[in-house]
Amino acid sequence: MTTLTRRQLLQGAAVAGAAGAAAVAVPSTAEAAQARARQPGDVGLLYDSTLCIGCRACVTKCKSANNLPTDPMNINGVPYDAPDDLNATTKTVIQVATQGDRFAFVKRQCMQCLDPACVSACMIKAYQKGPDGVIGYDQSRCLGDRYCQIACPFNVPKFQWSKAVPVMVKCEMCRHRKEGPACSEVCPRKAVVFGKVPDLLVEAKRRQAASPGKYLARIYGEHEVGGTQCLYLTAADMPFETLGLPKVDGTPQPHLSTSIQHGIYRGMIAPVALYAAIGFAVWRNTRKGDQEKKP
Amino acid sequence: MDRDALQVSNLKGAAAAIASGVGRRDFLKICSLAAAAVGLPASAAEKMAARVALPRKPSVIWLQFQECTGCTETLLRTSHPGAGDLILDLISLDYSETLMAAAGHQAEATLAQAVKENDGKFILIVEGAIPVKEDGIFCKIGDRTALDIVKDVASHAGAVIAIGSCASWGGIPSADPNPTGASGVPDILKGKSVVTIPGCPANPYNLLGVVLQYATFGTLPELDAKLRPKFAYGRVIHDDCPRRAHFDAGRFAQRYGDEGSRQGWCLYKMGCKGPRTHANCSLLNFGEVIGAWPIGIGAQCFGCTEKELAFRVPFFQTVEPEQLGPPGMYPSVNAKHGEVSPLATGLAGVAVGAAVGAGIAMTRKLGQEPVEKDGGEEE
Amino acid sequence: MSHAPATPVGGKLATPFFNLLALVALAGAVALGIRFAQGLGAASGMTDGYAWGIWIALDVVVGTALGCGGYAMALMVYVANRGKYHPLVRPAMLTGALGYSFAATSIVVDVGRYWGIWKIPTYVSWWNFDSALLEVALCVMTYVLVLWIEFSPSILERWRASGTPGQRSFAESAGPRLDRALPWIIALGLLLPTMHQSSLGTVMMLPYSKMHALWFSPLLPLLFLVNCLFLGYAMVVAESTLSSNGLGTRRDTGLLGSLAPIMGWLLLLFLGLRFGELALRGNLGAAFVAGKYAAWFWVETLLLLAPAVVLLGKKARTRASTQFGAALSVLAGGILYRFNTYILAYDPGPGWSYFPSALEILITAGFAAAQVMIYLWVVRRFPVLSSATPAESR
Repeated sequence: MTTLTRRQLLQGAAVAGAAGAAAVAVPSTAEAAQARARQPGDVGLLYDSTLCIGCRACVTKCKSANNLPTDPMNINGVPYDAPDDLNATTKTVIQVATQGDRFAFVKRQCMQCLDPACVSACMIKAYQKGPDGVIGYDQSRCLGDRYCQIACPFNVPKFQWSKAVPVMVKCEMCRHRKEGPACSEVCPRKAVVFGKVPDLLVEAKRRQAASPGKYLARIYGEHEVGGTQCLYLTAADMPFETLGLPKVDGTPQPHLSTSIQHGIYRGMIAPVALYAAIGFAVWRNTRKGDQEKKP
Repeated sequence: MDRDALQVSNLKGAAAAIASGVGRRDFLKICSLAAAAVGLPASAAEKMAARVALPRKPSVIWLQFQECTGCTETLLRTSHPGAGDLILDLISLDYSETLMAAAGHQAEATLAQAVKENDGKFILIVEGAIPVKEDGIFCKIGDRTALDIVKDVASHAGAVIAIGSCASWGGIPSADPNPTGASGVPDILKGKSVVTIPGCPANPYNLLGVVLQYATFGTLPELDAKLRPKFAYGRVIHDDCPRRAHFDAGRFAQRYGDEGSRQGWCLYKMGCKGPRTHANCSLLNFGEVIGAWPIGIGAQCFGCTEKELAFRVPFFQTVEPEQLGPPGMYPSVNAKHGEVSPLATGLAGVAVGAAVGAGIAMTRKLGQEPVEKDGGEEE
Repeated sequence: MSHAPATPVGGKLATPFFNLLALVALAGAVALGIRFAQGLGAASGMTDGYAWGIWIALDVVVGTALGCGGYAMALMVYVANRGKYHPLVRPAMLTGALGYSFAATSIVVDVGRYWGIWKIPTYVSWWNFDSALLEVALCVMTYVLVLWIEFSPSILERWRASGTPGQRSFAESAGPRLDRALPWIIALGLLLPTMHQSSLGTVMMLPYSKMHALWFSPLLPLLFLVNCLFLGYAMVVAESTLSSNGLGTRRDTGLLGSLAPIMGWLLLLFLGLRFGELALRGNLGAAFVAGKYAAWFWVETLLLLAPAVVLLGKKARTRASTQFGAALSVLAGGILYRFNTYILAYDPGPGWSYFPSALEILITAGFAAAQVMIYLWVVRRFPVLSSATPAESR
């Protein structure tokens, strides 16, 4: 029966390791821990839904600035470049949200999370956060496993489903353009503003203060998923959820999984120890049990 | 108007007009233009021509108060086919401070006489705002306040037309802080029907259309809530803007003289007020010169016909378009994605069904006879 | 502690059942051609919302768990030192090797840029230790090798007995070396599933904002680990029953019966952990909100709870049909749990829906068919199963 206790011991050790890591992780989610603080150099976009007139200049300019093909859709038999969502040919899109007889526009693009799920998900770091906090994508590393799509709380990275040699498509804040993002450059109404995130936060609060009652007293992205570099303002009667922005808490998306992952595999101590223990047990048992124990 | 008196087929008067220096072709053309502008059929042009060819032309009294004479100047400077002259030939302008030779008491006497002669029939055209603060002492003519004059003359008029933004709703004189209390004619003549033809300056053809319709048929065109003729002010500049395609495609000039500006792109981002400004500038050229209007020369519309915009909203500030595209044209935030084919559903059903069925059958078989050949293999 | 040695089953390979499998595999191969020529969109119902479909949820996540029979049996034999289970190890290793190999192949089919997969094990400096998927990928890749090495004695045995002279001499020289290394390889074969099966749970913790409360849990790694163990044992029972029925090999009802309580307790542990965690976090209420989530949750629970009760009873010790029925129920419940965690509980937001396309299903079915075909070929040619009447192995 000694062997059975050893089995239980070993199994118990593995189980306890996992459970212990989970136990460590659970309470810390409540604190909405933030892995990465805002840096003064972080850049982002401020999108003001109350100013947007739905002209789609940003969508058009984004396509030409990023050399993206059209996404033809027939409307009354006439083809238009009218993407209905972010997709393999669209890095930003204007959508409409309706509530009763009211409607509002919303611009979608990568939120540039402070602690991004895509970066956490990718096996060999095809996504990396640049010095300005912009999440860049490196297709030479990408395997197309699409875990980033599963992980992203905003469903941003898009996959070229119709290609035999596909890549991921995602807003990278026009990091290839010296002038900055094309969308903010062409926006006629300052509904999309590009800048350093601290400045954008000031501007957002200034707009809220300047028109009391006009805005919802919240800035989406200030705290969501631990903070994003793209910020949203909306009208007082248009909740962010109606705009299609997911209801998320202040916990960085990768927080739980990485703390478990690092909890179990810290310094590879637990796996190595487990391997040594199992190896010893197997060695002992096969030596005793002799030939017939071999597979 | 006495319509029976009209002799439609009699073009003698027109012949007289031709004799007076205006070609018949031009004469009919301007009438057609005016008729078309008001939305009347081509036959109306002939009626108008016949009417104004009668010896007794419609009498017009033109009053000027807080104004720059820009509207009169525009009227006079319509060049081809000399509409200014033509208008003066079409109507009997019985009082106009800019154009009349008389001055002083003589002029005042003319006004009184014109009012008396055509009592209840003449057309009163007002140019310029009317100050109302301090009992209107900021604008006096012949020791009478503008307020007094306009009320007096209008009470005898057959129709009242306010030309230009100043007369329509106050215009520049009424800009903040409006020290004189400058007001538009409709504010002064409450209860009386007034046609306003705002614009800075107003397009003379819009005036001509209204005048000729009234002179010919005794009716006034249909008006919108701000008393503007719908034929001219029914739609916003944006609807018929020659640069509209660039707006739709999202091509905006960023600043004067940049690439987009040279390419003739949309001026919305530079504060063009076209999307909220009701006027027919893009359809009816000023002085018949094509492109001779702000957007035509690469400057943003500043909303001169709109009380809420002109001289109030900063020049480079953009405005919310009056009509956004209907929401149906935009993808929803909850756009539908993903499809289910019947074939796939069937295949899935067969696969799951086969696995479950085989499992149950095997279990039953095992229960009956423990050793059994020819069973299924499951992954 | 002696039992009948494993021998090749022999017999004709191309039975009608085998031919049917070949047909399905062929259809799958055609579908595969379309997938590689025209991209993933043409061959699957996956979308940007549901970026993972049945190829991941079934072929990889469920497939590897079903291949955990080898892991589960090795745990009994080599760690718990229960030699009596030894006859069950070889077939379990074979199923494991096949299951994991096909899971790995499915990954090649599923990833968009499959030609770069070699970068995962080679570009060590690129490794992202935050990614549970990296851990899964590395472990699965290694474990496929480990499983085939663990299975290799069967092949060497056959080569030594009746191979060509070259095969014979290779087997003669490689055999002893393998014997020496085997304990450490077996130990690796025990460590790796522990790591990646739990990591498969961690993988679905990352998208936690899109996960339904009934499936998301901080205990996902632990739940997946326990889940793969009872699935492994259930697979051994099911496979042993099926091969004895289909191939006339030995089925040791008594031996399989002794696995029943282990499965039963594992099931209770799993359900206890699951319900306890749900209750502790105050999410149990979601199980009583009418709708598809609650419905599937209870289907899973019943499919696991019912066999737990049965397996802990007396009948399961001796009755083959009870063992088999319970094992099937465990398989169904365990598979459903994994599938639901990856597909049903994952909600990318309004507007998105997923159902596998016909080609997608054909590829999965083709892989499953090919797997069974290879299994049948191997057990007919190599010494995997014991064909003789069982000697009592107590």
